Amino acid sequence: MSPNAKPKRTPLYDRHVALGAKIVPFSGWEMPVQYQGITREHLCVRQHAGVFDVSHMAIVEVTGPDALAYLESLVPNRVSRLKPGQALYTQLLNREGGTLDDLIIYALQGRYFLVVNAGNTDQDLAWLNAQRKGDVAVNHLRDWGLLALQGPEAEKILAPLVPADLSLIPYFGLWEGDDLIVSRTGYTGEDGFELFLPPGKLLPLWDRLMAAHVTPCGLGARDTLRLEAAYPLYGHELDASTTPLEAGLAWTVKLEKGDFLGREALKARSLQKKLVGFHLEGRAIPRQGYPILQDGEPVGEVTSGTLSPVLDTPIGLGYLPPNAKGPFAVEIRGKQCPLKMVALPFYRGSARSR
Amino acid sequence: MIPSDLYYAKSHEYLRIVGHEALIGITDHAAEQLGDVVFADLPTVGQKVQSGDTIGALESVKAVSDLYAPVAGEVIDVNRELEAEPGLINEDPYNKGWIIKLTISDPSQAEALLRADAYEKWVEEGH
Repeated sequence: MSPNAKPKRTPLYDRHVALGAKIVPFSGWEMPVQYQGITREHLCVRQHAGVFDVSHMAIVEVTGPDALAYLESLVPNRVSRLKPGQALYTQLLNREGGTLDDLIIYALQGRYFLVVNAGNTDQDLAWLNAQRKGDVAVNHLRDWGLLALQGPEAEKILAPLVPADLSLIPYFGLWEGDDLIVSRTGYTGEDGFELFLPPGKLLPLWDRLMAAHVTPCGLGARDTLRLEAAYPLYGHELDASTTPLEAGLAWTVKLEKGDFLGREALKARSLQKKLVGFHLEGRAIPRQGYPILQDGEPVGEVTSGTLSPVLDTPIGLGYLPPNAKGPFAVEIRGKQCPLKMVALPFYRGSARSR
Repeated sequence: MIPSDLYYAKSHEYLRIVGHEALIGITDHAAEQLGDVVFADLPTVGQKVQSGDTIGALESVKAVSDLYAPVAGEVIDVNRELEAEPGLINEDPYNKGWIIKLTISDPSQAEALLRADAYEKWVEEGH
């Protein structure tokens, strides 16, 4: 985005301000980072439910008789296994096997939706268009809205508001209605839904959720929730120099499915690093860019960190050399804080498994 | 409302000066920008500091903010309540949420600090 471009606002901007949100710049948008407080919103999602305006993310519609073949050649996961009503998580790779973005592909009736990160929208659209093969159309649905309703009570809250039988939607399944599409997906580790709203439908649904006393939650809590669930965030655990295999996402990469962009590089490349998760003793918080030390020498780097609201301990993700052996420490303001490696996720919420 | 009897640094620390001692914390504006404080990284008692030195840090879930010594002096006390209740900085920044007490080595340095009106203007300018 050019430095002088005016920041964008979702159609819910005035609603957020009226609710007392703290608005911050985010990838060219003015978005709510919090309303009542990050920790409070986070715990509300874990214990009850919360709703996030994620309309800044780009919904890209892919259509045409060659859409499946095109997508199958573009991403490492197996798109052909999706029947309409199913979704999968995957990445866009460059020819070196590095990650250009991560995304979810939703198979609808006669078309696919791709939801990509707000910060990568322009590059992704250029990439998707440049890679088009055959009879395929790529269309950015810029007037659509997107909400995430997440938490163990999400189904109970949403059920009276939509004509779908939500209990029939499996994890990573979706339901298509006339005015809305509901997928059982999310970025929090809790059960919940993403709601795709055609133009004009976003505000009414938001207002109905507010009337039902659903807690609005901002990008701050969205980040702490995904971190507890150990979901990667582009620009932190994933970037153009990092392969999905290094980021612990081998389960989404189907090298055996046939050719896809970046496949040869992934097969040829040895892992340069591995993603690890850890707790720290004490209360100092690891943050992106902080060095990870072994015997006092920097060998790796923190990619994300926070004070886990649920575990009440500092947690972090970071990269280490593939064969590095500890003990390790994170350097925080000149002090070495010993880290304790843990299995991921840090916290397992109510999200159903496949 | 910014307390009128305090001194303020451009880096958003306040000082309550009594004789040769200063009680230091951060303003409610700074606390609000930071978000809920979850950890106060405090200096050690006895530490000597120069004006502008980094003397600690305040961690919120989202960000860490360094604390700067607005004047030179020696740390004689830190608010130990903050260990169990770092949120006092958000709840009551000017009283229960005080952070550091130091003896001022050069009282004339306080004159270089902002008074309430000037600090309010500083905040309005977007700092």
